[in-house]
Amino acid sequence: MTAEVLVECAHITCAYDSTVAVHDAHVTIYRQDFLGIVGPSGSGKTTLLKAILGAVTPVEGHVTKKPGLRMGYVPQVESVDWNFPVTVLEVVAMTRTAGRLFPRITSDEREAALHVLNRLGLGGLENRHIRELSGGQQQRVFVARALFHRPELLVLDEPTSGVDVRTRHEVLHLLADLHEEGMSIVLTTHDLNGLAAHLPRVVCMNTHVIADGSPIDVLNSDVLEQTYGAPMEVLVHGGMPVVLEQGNSEVVRRLGGLA
Amino acid sequence: MFAAGIFEPFEYQFFNNGLLVATIAGALCGLLGVFVVLRGMSYIGHGLSHAVFGGAAASAVMSINYFIGAGIWGIVSGIVIGRIARRRLIGADAAIGVVTTASFALGLALLNRYGQAKKSIEAVLFGSVLGVETMDIVAVSAVAILTVVVIFAFYRHFLFATFDPEVAQTSGVRVAVIEALLMGMLSLTILVTMRVIGTLLISALLVIPASVARMTTNSFARMLWISPIVGAFSAATGMYLSYHLDTSASATIILVGTVLFIGIYVFTGLRGQSRIAHLHHV
Repeated sequence: MTAEVLVECAHITCAYDSTVAVHDAHVTIYRQDFLGIVGPSGSGKTTLLKAILGAVTPVEGHVTKKPGLRMGYVPQVESVDWNFPVTVLEVVAMTRTAGRLFPRITSDEREAALHVLNRLGLGGLENRHIRELSGGQQQRVFVARALFHRPELLVLDEPTSGVDVRTRHEVLHLLADLHEEGMSIVLTTHDLNGLAAHLPRVVCMNTHVIADGSPIDVLNSDVLEQTYGAPMEVLVHGGMPVVLEQGNSEVVRRLGGLA
Repeated sequence: MFAAGIFEPFEYQFFNNGLLVATIAGALCGLLGVFVVLRGMSYIGHGLSHAVFGGAAASAVMSINYFIGAGIWGIVSGIVIGRIARRRLIGADAAIGVVTTASFALGLALLNRYGQAKKSIEAVLFGSVLGVETMDIVAVSAVAILTVVVIFAFYRHFLFATFDPEVAQTSGVRVAVIEALLMGMLSLTILVTMRVIGTLLISALLVIPASVARMTTNSFARMLWISPIVGAFSAATGMYLSYHLDTSASATIILVGTVLFIGIYVFTGLRGQSRIAHLHHV
């Protein structure tokens, strides 16, 4: 039985003024998907996410969503103004703003927000300022905000960008837990070995979609060279691809290392 | 006799009118200043006041009611500036600078050519408590009430759209409407307070109270209380001191605000300083 389609980007082209960010991309997101979009900087990953979210309108092609689809979006932590005077609870409650008047967070909303925070291991931090949290906690606050909207599809932009190794592990485990609970997830990442190789499905893109499939099928030298424009070597370790950048050994040798 | 000196300014109706308008204007600028400061829009406040000056001058020369002429000019300028800023066009700040200073220059030229140049220009540039009329009190009160009602009703929309406009948009908040509302209220505020505070110093009244509030709290909601109180206090104290010191009311208001800013900056130490260190354009 084919899984239900949540979002279909049908040959979409997106542009900012005259600059084409995404060209003729065709990507379908199914229920229960856990999809990673990889590609170099400026390859259109974030634009594709924004097209999925409806924040960017394609100039060609169209995005079709399941009627009534609820999506939760987690932006890059680097784009967040951590100095903004706002508490954890206020951030989480934000996604239920539409259609609500007056400042008060209702007791039902508060209870639901605390439930999400507890579930993500952030219990007791609801009145803290967002800057007072650790990197992992900060990332989870924004996942909590997205989950508070009760999404069917969770969309994350570079969830492991600019975070330390421990935070990356926390984020990965959290996303794996959510996926096991039935959440459909789409994310962008630069992290081929630490994140993309662990996902069930990967899309490689550089303005257009170059490959779409399981990591073992997609993360190979040919696809990665087309995607990144640089030669890459891929080993298979424990059934998972491990991407090595060719030329690294040469750099190490020149710097006097062990290669 | 000393007590009589203290209460002397209150014997004059013009002073009481000016004090009332300035205090409400200070609170109003303080309230909207929270958004101006947190969104890094202080250049927009500065630009808007210059743009409204053009409208004020044009309405004076064409014998159109100040509030109608400058109001339409200001609201249109505000919405245009807001859209330019929101679209983050290349050189948006330069485009805003050109538009608003051109409007300002047009106002100056019109007043030079057709107006009672020196008196009119000084009154609009630096404000004049002597010129405060009942209509000013009504106008500034109406805009203040409208602003408080709108911000209270759409508080969560303003908070979300200020903190994270992109996600707010994808979560169903009509960010463009919220931003248009904000720019409209900002334009109206500048319009009704300009005759007291003046074109040149009004942006300071938008920035200083909110910056003081930011240093004292980490809460957006509390900022919305503290900043208007600081603005109102600066305005009332500045008005009162200006009478005794025989200085410009608007300049004294801003100087009182500045002294408060320095005092709080020193008092709150590193904590307060770090809170405003990341604010844009302060």
